[in-house]
Amino acid sequence: MSDTPVLELRALTAGYDRRAPAVRNASLTVASGEAVGLLGPSGCGKSTLARVAALLHRPDSGALLLDGEPVRHWRHRAPRAQRTAVGVVFQQPRLSADPRLRLSDLIAEPLRATGRSQEIPERLAELTAGVGLTPDLLGRRPHEVSDGQLQRACLARALVLRPRLLICDEMTAMLDASTTAALVAAVEDYRATTGAGLLAVGHDRTLLDRWCDRTVHWDDVTAGVLSAPGAV
Amino acid sequence: MTERTPVLSVRGLSVRFLMPGGRRVAAVTDAHFDVAPGECLALIGESGCGKSVLASALLGLLPANAQSAGSARLGDLDLLTADERTLGRTVRGRLIGLVPQSPAAHLTPVRTIRSQLEETVAALTGARGRAAVRAAARAAADRVAFPAGHLDRHPHELSGGLAQRAATALALVGDAPLLLADEPTTGLDRDLVDRTVDELRRHVDAGPDAADGNGPGRGLLMITHDLAAAERIADRVAVMYAGRIVELTDARGFFGSPGPRHPYGRGLLRALPDRAFTPIPGMPPELGDLPTGCAFAPRCDLATDACATLPPVTGGLACHHPVTEDARV
Repeated sequence: MSDTPVLELRALTAGYDRRAPAVRNASLTVASGEAVGLLGPSGCGKSTLARVAALLHRPDSGALLLDGEPVRHWRHRAPRAQRTAVGVVFQQPRLSADPRLRLSDLIAEPLRATGRSQEIPERLAELTAGVGLTPDLLGRRPHEVSDGQLQRACLARALVLRPRLLICDEMTAMLDASTTAALVAAVEDYRATTGAGLLAVGHDRTLLDRWCDRTVHWDDVTAGVLSAPGAV
Repeated sequence: MTERTPVLSVRGLSVRFLMPGGRRVAAVTDAHFDVAPGECLALIGESGCGKSVLASALLGLLPANAQSAGSARLGDLDLLTADERTLGRTVRGRLIGLVPQSPAAHLTPVRTIRSQLEETVAALTGARGRAAVRAAARAAADRVAFPAGHLDRHPHELSGGLAQRAATALALVGDAPLLLADEPTTGLDRDLVDRTVDELRRHVDAGPDAADGNGPGRGLLMITHDLAAAERIADRVAVMYAGRIVELTDARGFFGSPGPRHPYGRGLLRALPDRAFTPIPGMPPELGDLPTGCAFAPRCDLATDACATLPPVTGGLACHHPVTEDARV
């Protein structure tokens, strides 16, 4: 298990227009239990790459492997075993939370969707404490909590199925320093107990260098050089 | 610096929101500060601490269920009691230039940058006639180094950095003595943050060109949770927690030595990834349900029984147990 990378991208090209792909020839490996930071400027295509890796966007060409298994289908067509192996947290919690759901339902939704409702009370209690939420916030809807509190709930939702890989796309870009440190600490606590891999996408080198085992730059990821642990 | 007549002088500013069911939310409580010409005051704090409400109060943009008290003097005018006509005709754009949080949302999506600049120039300056307005709009773009070749583009065709420059150009057109920047760097990458705050600093130092401008330089009140940006630009720092300014101090001393004196400011700096990277435990309190004493006490490791009473503001600090040792040690 430990020799098989949890995530591998090989010469991946993806975008919204085949004539002008947002991501060209990207290669990247996240070893089992490893935390990799992907650094790039605004608009470089790194969020598109994160969406492909999270099985939310089908690439035009190239290969994606999860735990050594090639991914053949994306979005709703992805097999459940692969879909639930990946947790994802986006930049803007307001845009990634259903405004009608109470935070408790937001966090429990992936369990309901996979027929594991009986685990809800236990997981909800663990995660509420784990991400630093308080029980009184769970009954509220997104408009009744702050951005930082909502992002904590979105992180809990990403962790609720115990993914082997977590993808954080600019998870803390909208947040203050203290909430940033708290969310990163929650991710690292989860990884320390489960050995999950992490792909953290961002533009803040100081943050990624402090957070991750290694940081790769977008230019190197898309230069056709296969970036692997140790191959700096 | 403080001997000069301030551009903005805020005294005892409080804002309360009246909620359904008679609930009251204390968004801003008893804020006191000045902004001098040529000075940048950074107002920092966690999201939801009341920073943006304070900005809305200064611009007369509070919603109908808000009640404000105190005063905010800009020259001879009290912004809190001014009527909508005065605010619209003499304050917004002319006395206060607003650099918005999200330029992409602030700009009109269906019109080009040139057309928005020309409209603003025609409304706020003496330029009359098509050629003069066109030239003045061009000059306004030059002032923020907005490339002339992009003037005929729509906002969605601009990068985040160029949209930010376009919004800054609009804020500068009226040569306002006070600039108000509300989270101007949110979501920008580090290079763009540096460029944006350096440009703002340049406009603070350059000052209003108008002959009746009151002295050397504009005042800038920058509201931000980006501590790196604040460190880069600010002369002074006001730390806001749960609607109160708990520390108001010199920026160099705050970010360097001796460091913040309020445990909250100290906790914010310790959370930075290039420092200890440890969060302040817990979360900020609800503004609708504040404790009677120090609002930070539940999260503070120095708290004692004394913190059950509200700490008075002395020497720009509201804390019963100010930290004295050097933060960097």
